[in-house]
Amino acid sequence: MVMQYTPQTFKENSAEALADDTIRNNFRGAMDFLQAKRATVLPDKAAFDVSSKRGEAIKLRCLVKLPELLEKLEDQCKANGIHVHWAETCEQATQIIDDIITAKNGSKVVKGKSMVTEEIGLNDYLAEQNIDCIESDMGEYIVQLGGETPSHIIMPAIHKNVEQIAELFAERVPGVEYTTDVNSLIKVGREQMRQLFLDADVGISGVNFAVAETGTLCLVENEGNGRMTTTIPNTHIALTGIEKVIEHLADVPPLLELLTRSATGQLITTYVNMISGPRKVDERDGPEEVHLVLLDNGRSQAYADEELRKTLACIRCGACMNACPVYTRIGGHAYGTVYPGPIGKIISPHLIGLEDSKDLPTASSLCGACEEVCPVNIPIPSILQRLRVETNKKSSSAAKIMRGEGSGRSFIEALGWKGWAFFAVHPALYRMGTWFATRGRKLIPTFNNPWTVSRSMPKLAAKSLREQLKERG
Amino acid sequence: MSDFIKQYPAKPKKVYLYGTCIIDVVAPNSGLDAIALLEREGLEVVYPQGQTCCGQPAFNSGYSDEARNVAKAQMAQFPEPWPIVILSGSCGGMLRKHYPRLLANDPEVEAFSQRVFEFSEFLVHVLNIQLDDLGEQQRVAIHTSCAGRRELGIHDAGVSLLKQLKNIELVDYAYEAECCGFGGTFAVKHSDISTAMVEDKARHLSEANVDCYISSDWGCTLNINGSLEHQNMSLRGDYLASFLRQRTDVNNISHCAVSPSDKRDER
Repeated sequence: MVMQYTPQTFKENSAEALADDTIRNNFRGAMDFLQAKRATVLPDKAAFDVSSKRGEAIKLRCLVKLPELLEKLEDQCKANGIHVHWAETCEQATQIIDDIITAKNGSKVVKGKSMVTEEIGLNDYLAEQNIDCIESDMGEYIVQLGGETPSHIIMPAIHKNVEQIAELFAERVPGVEYTTDVNSLIKVGREQMRQLFLDADVGISGVNFAVAETGTLCLVENEGNGRMTTTIPNTHIALTGIEKVIEHLADVPPLLELLTRSATGQLITTYVNMISGPRKVDERDGPEEVHLVLLDNGRSQAYADEELRKTLACIRCGACMNACPVYTRIGGHAYGTVYPGPIGKIISPHLIGLEDSKDLPTASSLCGACEEVCPVNIPIPSILQRLRVETNKKSSSAAKIMRGEGSGRSFIEALGWKGWAFFAVHPALYRMGTWFATRGRKLIPTFNNPWTVSRSMPKLAAKSLREQLKERG
Repeated sequence: MSDFIKQYPAKPKKVYLYGTCIIDVVAPNSGLDAIALLEREGLEVVYPQGQTCCGQPAFNSGYSDEARNVAKAQMAQFPEPWPIVILSGSCGGMLRKHYPRLLANDPEVEAFSQRVFEFSEFLVHVLNIQLDDLGEQQRVAIHTSCAGRRELGIHDAGVSLLKQLKNIELVDYAYEAECCGFGGTFAVKHSDISTAMVEDKARHLSEANVDCYISSDWGCTLNINGSLEHQNMSLRGDYLASFLRQRTDVNNISHCAVSPSDKRDER
């Protein structure tokens, strides 16, 4: 079993990742590649600004109406013959899925790529119930074969280079010899997959957009495994977070255009599935039963606050990861959360609570590269700043905004900022402070601190600018 | 972020200078150079003695209440309707972008923020400054702070100023738009990650084989120069205003700064 990381040990995880040249090179190379591909389909900044404004407007409109749209989605799905289930927690979601599989006497499950199934820990749960659940997305298949978790929401196995994948296949797939030929490796995966699709009792997928108006579940993919997973097995279960609901069918094209360009640098993906119900009487294929499981898991907490709600506008393209100077260096596993990178830092506190994720909002220089590439303009740096406020605030009996708020408050740090602010609002005191500091600069001891481990200490000037200008008159 | 059109005023007679706390105590000569350039353009520069710090360190650390008090105190120091020229994109972003969010209920904050201009954008867009380069042939690179680049959109202003210098070759380098890893308390709270970022920045700048790099933000410069010095690499960064003054002032021609903080400041 490969080491599983947790967000509580983020600092240790990131130090370990930074020391690993293979991880550093794999991620930097892959992220550069993804960014370059994105640039080929979004060459015009002004045009991107226009389309991302439109995307933002659509998602914010749908979020404002979220409760109403979810009810509408339920009604329309039911009218289409889709069974709809509500899960407030991960445990409820796994139980619902387990019950559906059990009712079908299912023992074999094939899964399309879905981060929400990672969120509820579905693979491990089903394994405990002695249900075989195999990933059909190539990246997810590699990750599952290695006993790992995805390191990127779009490219789950991006932390591995070809040699590492070749070794894994040779070791874990019966009858496969070591080869670094990518086409041969993909062929191996495909051959394994083909029979799985035919044997599976149940197919489980995620959802990219759930259209309230028509009860349509949109699923975007490149390998065809999503289509196989949702059409060959007799039962299809789609699992999604409640924020994926959009109002109109006409909202799909502008969002889809942003999603594929931002995620993989494609004008369109090879497959765009629009699932509108089970097989009808005169149809030759498709599942007999379709279920939609809608998961909350902390999302309504984000929804309740106008600023934090913007977190839910995310269409999960992963562009923020590719652009992030922190993610690029430490990779996805170091975060210890299902969703890594900038979006992971702002969504995870709602999913698992701030107490367990309090090191994540601070792990950013607030450089804004994520916001710059976000196709729906989520103000990630501002939300990170807000989460820092929530982490540091004094716990009170007042209505809680977030689970775990105030859990990162340090008495010393709070006192320090109070003292600092006192100086900064009293210019005479501040002047005196800088006078003493500049006069006594040679006396200030140089001691080892987190700054000086890698940088020389700034030297204070002999006389401050203020003083020099005062003398000048 | 890019949905606003910035309105620039006509050339004023008087401007306020917001010197920033870093320049105040670490690099006062950078402030004097900026003032000299503004005065050379015929402006009267007013430096309110009561200014301290913009409040960004507390704000970015998640202490909004403390930052709010500091922000209010700063606003009170600039009562006249003159433009406020600020010597940092990072602090500029704080005054221009974050004050309106932080002081959302203050009726005066919008008008105040609209008066704030980062030094290089003020030279280009308000003063339409024309520079006559008197220095020798040099290769330089530019590092624009993330706030300057993404919150204020002023990277182009710095570039256009350097491009006016006829004996300067402005060199592109790898990952130019990437953060240097400073980020205030981030550099201390996540020292390992910050170090990895600044070491990459120092390497990419060094590999550009330039005489010096130019920045209009002392926060980034202290970080990058500090890393370069720690690694015994010879490259150093210079402050944009100082560099421009040195290259265009007949009495003041000199070369790139060679120390992590301006040597002149230590006298």
